[in-house]
Amino acid sequence: MIYAASPLAIVIFTIFVLAVLGISFYFARQTSSSKGYYTAGGTISWPVNGIAFAGDYLSAASFLGICGMIATAGYDGFLYSIGYLAGWVVALFVVAEPMKRLGKYTFTDALDSKFNSKGIQLAAGISSLVVSIFYLIPQMVGAGALVTPLLGLPHYAGVIMVGTIVIIIVATAGMKSTTYVQFLKGGLLILFSTILVFSILSKGLSRKPSDEYHEFATVKAEISSGRVISSDPSYTVVGQQRSGDLDFIKMRKNGVDRWWLVKDSGKGVYMQECLSRTKKADGSVLYNGEAKEAGKFFPVGHMSSITSGGREVDSTGPLGPFSFFSVIKDSRIVRFPETVISDNADKVTVWYQNETEGKKILRPGLKFKIDKGASTTSKLNFVSLMLSLFFGTAALPHVLIRYYTVPSPADARKSTIVAIAAIGFFYVLTLYMGIGAMVNGVLDVESSNMAAPLLAKTFGIFLFAVISAIAFATVLGTVSGLIVAASGAVARDLMSSFMGIKLSDKGMVKAGKISAVVVGGIAILLGILFRGMNVSFLVGLAFAIAASANLPAIIMILFWKKTTAAGVTASITTGMVSALGIILLSPSMYAKYGFNPADAVFPIDNPGIISIPLSFFVLIAVSLLTAKKTLPGKV
Amino acid sequence: MDHGPAVQYGPDNAAGFKTRLGLILFFFYAFVYGVFVFINTVNPVMMEQEIFAGLNLAIVYGFGLILFAVILGVIYNYVCTRKELELNTDKEGENI
Repeated sequence: MIYAASPLAIVIFTIFVLAVLGISFYFARQTSSSKGYYTAGGTISWPVNGIAFAGDYLSAASFLGICGMIATAGYDGFLYSIGYLAGWVVALFVVAEPMKRLGKYTFTDALDSKFNSKGIQLAAGISSLVVSIFYLIPQMVGAGALVTPLLGLPHYAGVIMVGTIVIIIVATAGMKSTTYVQFLKGGLLILFSTILVFSILSKGLSRKPSDEYHEFATVKAEISSGRVISSDPSYTVVGQQRSGDLDFIKMRKNGVDRWWLVKDSGKGVYMQECLSRTKKADGSVLYNGEAKEAGKFFPVGHMSSITSGGREVDSTGPLGPFSFFSVIKDSRIVRFPETVISDNADKVTVWYQNETEGKKILRPGLKFKIDKGASTTSKLNFVSLMLSLFFGTAALPHVLIRYYTVPSPADARKSTIVAIAAIGFFYVLTLYMGIGAMVNGVLDVESSNMAAPLLAKTFGIFLFAVISAIAFATVLGTVSGLIVAASGAVARDLMSSFMGIKLSDKGMVKAGKISAVVVGGIAILLGILFRGMNVSFLVGLAFAIAASANLPAIIMILFWKKTTAAGVTASITTGMVSALGIILLSPSMYAKYGFNPADAVFPIDNPGIISIPLSFFVLIAVSLLTAKKTLPGKV
Repeated sequence: MDHGPAVQYGPDNAAGFKTRLGLILFFFYAFVYGVFVFINTVNPVMMEQEIFAGLNLAIVYGFGLILFAVILGVIYNYVCTRKELELNTDKEGENI
């Protein structure tokens, strides 16, 4: 899609960014000690910390990724919302208070509180760093996706912009500024998402989403001697390719070649207009047969039939929160799945029309292969994802460090409940926003991540600008929190604790800030490399690593007295290495490398179902083997 | 390097009770979540069934899991706070 920057959007965006920087500089003057830098001095009240938790958690993955995934795959995207929220139950009932009691600055402190073990310090420090970086990648990808429609800048510019601003924020102020930025941003995100959902329901559903929406054409066809011929003489068939069981025809009109999907209704053959991106052998790229600037690469997403109250209608008028889903369930929606074909030396990505019953949109099965004909592997992949989401939240370093910003364990508990209520409410909204984007003709087929902001654009440039600016602040805040967690892991766990480098209190803060600059630089690089991948999918991988590396150690230290330092070290290492290994050798990563996904060493994308139990098993086995040999402080 | 807690809190006589309650509620929620994942995995078509007001099982169960987490959290906090007041208060009514 071609995005044009709006002056109002730029002004609102600039105000938001300046406000975030202003808060940072204001709190920078109050932060000089390491306790202030890493934990805001433990002075944050529980209601503020609860909303800041929500701000941390409702990252680019939640707002951009989940809405985008729902907009393209229906209810399957909402399963991420459910899994992310359910993970807070583990945090509240199992982890919150004990972690607050045990720890000081980082979750390594809590793990190591009984042992003072070099092994734990090294393994937990590296694990925090790895999880934080995996969580940073999708935030940066989301930032890149945002600035393109907002400011008309390329993806890499957004990534560099976020990275630079966040490095300034973190290198100046630390956890206190991050907390207040997250508090404001979390509150505003929920408020404006609610306004957006009200707008969706007030508008209702219509077969023509907007006056500007492109009417995708259908042309009758005939088959003669096995060849498809257009009934409309203005089109000339110039090519034919097959992808799986789909037949595509390339037709020329006015000198422009476009791709069409051949359909046989039983009563006759016809062709449906597609969207295409052609990478020519000479390196040039055509969008729907023309240069991108021609503006012929249209936004998509509409309903082919709407059934309301038992009869077909063209539009519904305003709908209630229940009737919205009821009408969607009884109607038919046109999605645009993607397939890739080779046309001589050209590589063509085609997005074709796929009319889907609403009842299938509102139940699982469009993305996750769990329906009829699904293999055991694909079902395991799904269970593995849901397991990782459930156990990942309570093991994320940037979530865990927030328990140290409140004064007491009871405050940690109360702030978690505020977080669950705020996050839960937002996740309910994601289903409305995602389905709203699916049927309102706003989707960019090249990037699902922009579904929610582009949906806001249909209700006016002001809402779009505010929502986009909040989303950008979302990325800023989450990245800030992650970089504080990562810099804490480097400066405290690795440099000070493991390597034994003597640092003064100010030296500790300085080391953290230098680490923040380095980690920020790595995040910028990875954010550019991973462009185009759904951010929620990427966050799912970070959850899997956290759940595998950190959670078994946390749980067993809290509830199994025979846990030893060697067991914890082995468990963290095993969980991290196995989860990372499976991810790097998975079908999705093979596709990213340019290999055939079917050749992947591991047939599943989500490692949790293997790596989480393995990490538990290793902890128990090593602890039993080293039970009598290990004394505190000797590992 | 000192890895102990940042603040030394007074003894929490309610800690054992809160841990037990937390684990009970965790396993209860994990069971309900597990049933949800199980149905989705073995019989996703079942999620199409209409439950009420035109909403299908998938939406009712999904929204229900979110609401259920909030309700359990509020109950947990209410019970824990009462227990803390009961067990962590000395005879003169001062918090320990």
